[in-house]
Amino acid sequence: MTTELFIQYLMAGITYGSIYAIVAIGFNIIYNTTGIINFAQGEFVMFGGMISISLLQFMPLPLAILSAVAITMLIGALIEICFIRWLKSPSVLRMIIITIGISIISREVAVHIWGESIRSLPYFVGNEITSVPVLGARISPQVLWVVAASGLMVICLGIFFKVTSVGREMRACASNRKAAILCGINTQNMVTLSFVLSAGIGALAGCVMSPITYSQYDMGTGLAIKGFTVAILGGLGSSGGAVAAGLLLGIIEAFSVSVVPLAFQDAISIAILLIILFVRPQGLFGSKEAAGLKEF
Amino acid sequence: MKKLLSILPLLAVVIGIHLLTSATDTMYYLTQMTMSAYYSLLIIGLCVLMGYAGQISLGHAGFFAIGGYLSAALTTHSLIPYQDTTLVSFLDSAGLLLSGHDLYGEALLVVAPWVACIVAVFTAAVIAVTIGIPVLKLKGHYLAMATLGFGIIIYRVALAMEYFGEADGISEVPPFVLMPGLSVSGNFSDRVQNYYIAWGLLLFGMVLLLNLIDSRVGRALRGIHGSDEAADAMGVNTARFKLQTFVLSAVFAAIAGVLLTHYNGGIGPSEAGVMKSVRYVAIVAVGGMAHLWGALLMGIVLNFLSLRGIFGSYDDAVFGLILILIMLFAPNGILSLNIRHRLKQYLGRGKQDREGEA
Amino acid sequence: MALLEVKQLNKRFGGLLAVNDVSFQVEPGQIKAVIGPNGAGKTTLFNMISGTFPATSGTVSFKGSELKGKKPFQVAGLGMARTFQNIKMFNGMTALENVMVGRHVQSGSGFFASMFRMPWTWKEERDIRDKSMELLAFLEIEEHAHTDAASLAFGQQRAVELARALALEPSLLLLDEPAAGLNIYETAEVGRLITKIRDLGITVLLVEHDMSLVMDISDEIVVLCFGEKIAEDVPGNIQQDPEVIKIYLGEE
Repeated sequence: MTTELFIQYLMAGITYGSIYAIVAIGFNIIYNTTGIINFAQGEFVMFGGMISISLLQFMPLPLAILSAVAITMLIGALIEICFIRWLKSPSVLRMIIITIGISIISREVAVHIWGESIRSLPYFVGNEITSVPVLGARISPQVLWVVAASGLMVICLGIFFKVTSVGREMRACASNRKAAILCGINTQNMVTLSFVLSAGIGALAGCVMSPITYSQYDMGTGLAIKGFTVAILGGLGSSGGAVAAGLLLGIIEAFSVSVVPLAFQDAISIAILLIILFVRPQGLFGSKEAAGLKEF
Repeated sequence: MKKLLSILPLLAVVIGIHLLTSATDTMYYLTQMTMSAYYSLLIIGLCVLMGYAGQISLGHAGFFAIGGYLSAALTTHSLIPYQDTTLVSFLDSAGLLLSGHDLYGEALLVVAPWVACIVAVFTAAVIAVTIGIPVLKLKGHYLAMATLGFGIIIYRVALAMEYFGEADGISEVPPFVLMPGLSVSGNFSDRVQNYYIAWGLLLFGMVLLLNLIDSRVGRALRGIHGSDEAADAMGVNTARFKLQTFVLSAVFAAIAGVLLTHYNGGIGPSEAGVMKSVRYVAIVAVGGMAHLWGALLMGIVLNFLSLRGIFGSYDDAVFGLILILIMLFAPNGILSLNIRHRLKQYLGRGKQDREGEA
Repeated sequence: MALLEVKQLNKRFGGLLAVNDVSFQVEPGQIKAVIGPNGAGKTTLFNMISGTFPATSGTVSFKGSELKGKKPFQVAGLGMARTFQNIKMFNGMTALENVMVGRHVQSGSGFFASMFRMPWTWKEERDIRDKSMELLAFLEIEEHAHTDAASLAFGQQRAVELARALALEPSLLLLDEPAAGLNIYETAEVGRLITKIRDLGITVLLVEHDMSLVMDISDEIVVLCFGEKIAEDVPGNIQQDPEVIKIYLGEE
């Protein structure tokens, strides 16, 4: 394998890996605050992309993206208010089924609004043949946008959770809900906020990846599964782990193209998921105790 | 023999529907009723797994597909190119193969449907044991995801392999001759026959499962669902029982897959898809996780409506909506909803909301 | 020969030594109690004996042979039944059905036999049902046989749990705080039932906080404190033991 090819694969892996990491972080935020695995996480990414594409007809690209992110955050809040808020200590099974239902409905809404066609945002800089040299290979600048946006989100989230009072309140909610309530934290709002945040980062990821991966009404499910795989791989609830695991999965997938027929590429992430679940459910970086599921 | 008595009303309804459609010249309904019966066979098996053993499976369409695809592939791929090999001649002399002609008049040598059925169901059982052992050690989200992953792998394999027809699936599946004069096929003339075969099998399956629930094993399963730890302390080998239930439900699904494939004359990758698995879970949830009759009822009704196209392009959306509504308002199923309301009214006693433990 | 022998049992959770070098024996026909302040390691000890989790070191021998790495259901099959501190009733099942699950180890119909209602299962089902009703009668709650177990009063649920444990026909019965959540009268009732059980020839090992119950019915008492065995003696002597008094009442 030439160096150039190697770099191509590596960059592809990092690109997709960043997306997976963002989806995984979205899972983690909601899981940490509520103990729920949001099967509809992938749909946030889809909405971000699809909505921004539609808005592009009426406004310049940056505004379209910002609006799409805002609208998706609103959708996230609505989902939480309409479906999640009602439940008083539901069983894990109920939660799983509800979020699956939400995922299906979102997908159906999408197909009835936008049809089955594949669309994309235009490249932020240049077009599909523009490329910049990176370490000897020619890489599309969009890749840099993806990586930069993802990195920026991770950093901002890190700051948010560590430094701002709201962020700290969310972390309190995550580690001990009852204690948080006793401290006067409005846990219900924290739950809504976690959905809003997850929706927002998902949507932004959906926008930056759209020129490269295209957007389609049913892109959410596959992403959700990969995102979940990454979240588990990195240790459920750990964002640092999600980033590392995301990049790892992305790179493995990218390089697997040279070994495995393309049709089976998706099967790789599932195989990894199953292996991790069977062998080490706490993920590569998690601890055994953390692997016990949290209470809602 | 109380179980058999409870089956009789349903049997009467089945016969009644036949006579009704015959009289009103609407016999085409029988086709969807037959298909619904096969899907419901999977549903009741899944109900026992989810409602009584308390294990969720988001990949059960995978077992349906294993049954359907294997029997389809074995009964359509001609072994003529290999007919001189020792294995094939041996199988032929043992009466396990079937010769005939394809559409173009070419000679065809395939595995006999009854052999293919046994192979397919057995394979499904073996796969169920293999993945069941590690998967059933998981709980909650992890279990759900693992079963989902399993279903997707089956789907991907069906979609990717030429042997399984890739995106087009397999067609030209021959009829499954059960005995001279009785066969599972899509032939117009055999429609009534097939209606009774499907329903007969479903009713038989119901009896078996009803027996199971009201037995030592059934109680042990309900115990496991009620409290894993206590069941363990009472001497129940929880891991083995969960596995056996899992395999049982996989076998029911595989049999449904085999027969429906012969009935339809073919199978496609969508039968293994996530949406199908989710649909089955939705139906079991609506019927009431631990209500076998509820699951059966919902299985028939919802599948029938869906097959008739009542939901149109909103088919998947309907099931998604059903899932959400049921989980929000009637987590113990639709039937339990009425009972609770009635009790509240007549006895004035606030019945505790008992969310089932998963 | 002792029915149960616990030898130098240790349990470490990370940095915490929950059970520290505990040894004692339980003779057949005894009612033996394990007492101690909260956090003394009593339930951990129990869980190690019943196989719920493994000991860090030390051995547990039942009927003369070591229970090494045996899972709880296997231990139950050997003749050791247990109850739980927070009663684990099987929800959605009646009291009778709960007890019938307890007959699991004394019966053997499997999946096939049950599904096809093979003839030999008919007698077995009848026997299971009859024996379970007998046990409910023995525990004096047969009138609630067909009531949903979860809707029974706490004291009644305790009785059902006892019946369920007895259904295993155990040689040794482990009771984890049988008087938890009961008032004075119910506690005395439980004490009476436990003695009744012992009179059947079943050995009882119980963990308990309630001193009146313990002093009343036990033949011998083991006192744990911070995971260590402080004393082991008949109730009369335990009451006088200065060490024991100190850990319960503090220094003079």
